[in-house]
Amino acid sequence: MSSPAAVAEPAVAAPEPRSGRPFRVPRPGYLISKLAAAAVSFAVTLVIGFVLFNVMPADPVRSMTRGRPVSDAQLAQLRIQLGVDRPMWERFLSYVNDTLHGHLGYSWEYQQSVASLVASRVGPTLLLMGTSFAVSVVLGLWLGMRSGWRAGSVFDRFTSATALTLWSVPTFWLGMILLIVFSVGIGPIHGFLPTAGMSDPTLPQTGMTHCLDVARHLVLPALTMVLVVYAQYVTIMRSSIIAEKGSPYLLTARAKGLPDASVRRHHALPNALLPSVTMIFMHLGGLISGAVTVEAVFSWPGLGDLTYEALKIPDLPLLQGTFIVFSASVILMNLLADLVYRFLDPRVRAQ
Amino acid sequence: MTAAQTTTAPNATAPDATTREPAAAVPPRFAGARRFARAFRRRPSGLAGLGILVLFSLLALTAPAFIGPEQLDVTRVNGPLLAPPSAAYPFGTDQAGRSVLDLLIWGSRESLQIGVIATVLTVVFGSAVGIVAGHYGGFLGRALMHVTDWFIALPGLPLAISLAAVLGQGTTSITIAIAATSWTATARLLRAQTLAVEARPFVERARALGAGNWQIMLRQVLPNVMPLILVSSTLTVTGALLSEATLTFLGLGSPAGVTWGEMIHDAFFGGAFTADAWWYLLPPGLAILAVVLGFTLTGRAVEYVLDPRTERKR
Repeated sequence: MSSPAAVAEPAVAAPEPRSGRPFRVPRPGYLISKLAAAAVSFAVTLVIGFVLFNVMPADPVRSMTRGRPVSDAQLAQLRIQLGVDRPMWERFLSYVNDTLHGHLGYSWEYQQSVASLVASRVGPTLLLMGTSFAVSVVLGLWLGMRSGWRAGSVFDRFTSATALTLWSVPTFWLGMILLIVFSVGIGPIHGFLPTAGMSDPTLPQTGMTHCLDVARHLVLPALTMVLVVYAQYVTIMRSSIIAEKGSPYLLTARAKGLPDASVRRHHALPNALLPSVTMIFMHLGGLISGAVTVEAVFSWPGLGDLTYEALKIPDLPLLQGTFIVFSASVILMNLLADLVYRFLDPRVRAQ
Repeated sequence: MTAAQTTTAPNATAPDATTREPAAAVPPRFAGARRFARAFRRRPSGLAGLGILVLFSLLALTAPAFIGPEQLDVTRVNGPLLAPPSAAYPFGTDQAGRSVLDLLIWGSRESLQIGVIATVLTVVFGSAVGIVAGHYGGFLGRALMHVTDWFIALPGLPLAISLAAVLGQGTTSITIAIAATSWTATARLLRAQTLAVEARPFVERARALGAGNWQIMLRQVLPNVMPLILVSSTLTVTGALLSEATLTFLGLGSPAGVTWGEMIHDAFFGGAFTADAWWYLLPPGLAILAVVLGFTLTGRAVEYVLDPRTERKR
């Protein structure tokens, strides 16, 4: 939470932060209101999580022991162990307290704390999402810029049609098709990429070989996500370039005799990037949804795969944990988007 | 997303709203609808989309006429297991010996049913929240918008997964999960549009004539936001269809159901995948693609035709 604060007020560094505050009322006010909104969102997430996983299921002890022979005494003991016998408000308070301290409960299936499970799965998810996010942003913005600049051209039509088609495909289905073509092999094509997981257990788990091995495993899941996600960015960038195209400052740039490519790169692009960047941050929630199914298809050992594993049982504490982690990261990303936008756009900063 | 830019064309209002206005020259009945149809016909992509939708709707509606339960029941079919396409089974068979073509046609019925019911729930609830929030500005409106914003901030799929997991497997819980996670976009859109409509003079006139809150919301605002509701519901349907496929694929659908998502689930986990049975995996995905594309193209064409800026562009 402290790093965005430092980003948002780079100019106030000279005096001590406390004494500087009265002179800079608007900016910290904005920051505080955004932080408060994020905190409220997180509180609502906690309430929804509690209602979903603690109030709505009829009897967690029964669903936990379903299919196993258990005596009444054992059931009663489990209830005390899980704290289900206590009144609702007491359970809610201890749940909030635990969650805020990073205790996300205890997984029924893995017999391990949810927090440690989540922690061990965060890395692969970040790797997969980060890679596909970076590639999709670059690809989407570039294609969107080109096709928006020449709206209606053959290039634009082709790009938009491809983007629309790929956007209409279920992510996991596309993943399976890629898997069949490139891993299992079909017809004359022999599969040459791994089908599942993140690394080959027979190879050493350190050094250069390991990195290359992970990269090989990463190709298909990342490609699947890029293909579905980049389409959104094309649409966003295309429409914001089209919105900028009529602006008078572009006419000025052309009147100065600048070549078309330079007008596009140095004048239209920076202005069109602003709304696009915000929209892209706002759509990060969609990236998470893609990650869940893609990780399930490719058995990528990340949070999405963990959610899928929890779903099969169903392991409610684990599901609750991943739900809270996913929600918290989306709330954090939206907050960052607000602050970055504020920082990037001089017009908003001056207000 | 694109529907957010739509502004209601004055000529596109529902016919009964225009005839209620004491205009100097009363326009002929359904004049707006006719003009709309003429403009829509000039959009080839919209017509293509509409064609796809009509085809699949016909398939879905007539499916019971030529597919009986004995062709879908795993215990009663006697076809070859996972056979590639042949004359008897144009799309091949699944791991239980059912014809993939039959499954695909029956799947269109159940998938579209879930998609449409979820969309109706979403649109009705979202529109109600949006119109009420836009109409009552003060505390109620702000409170409703805050609730909407909280839901927008939550990631859709994890919430839907959690909801469906808690409610248990089945069509109903999937439908509820989809509606519960997608109503927010409609609500935001409708609130903005309600504010725009209520700023127009005819609402003030109605209010001056003594119209109550309900009267204004139902008789003045609703007919004027109807075109927007239609456009946004085509987007909602595409989201609902994709969510249905996703949730079913993750194993939340009813195991006895035949939907496109269920087919992909069975193809992936039922051995078709390792047997290279592409004929089982391809059709349901392509069907989802076609229907989603159909709704998107139709929606875009409707949006384009209704957009008042379109006239000036020409």
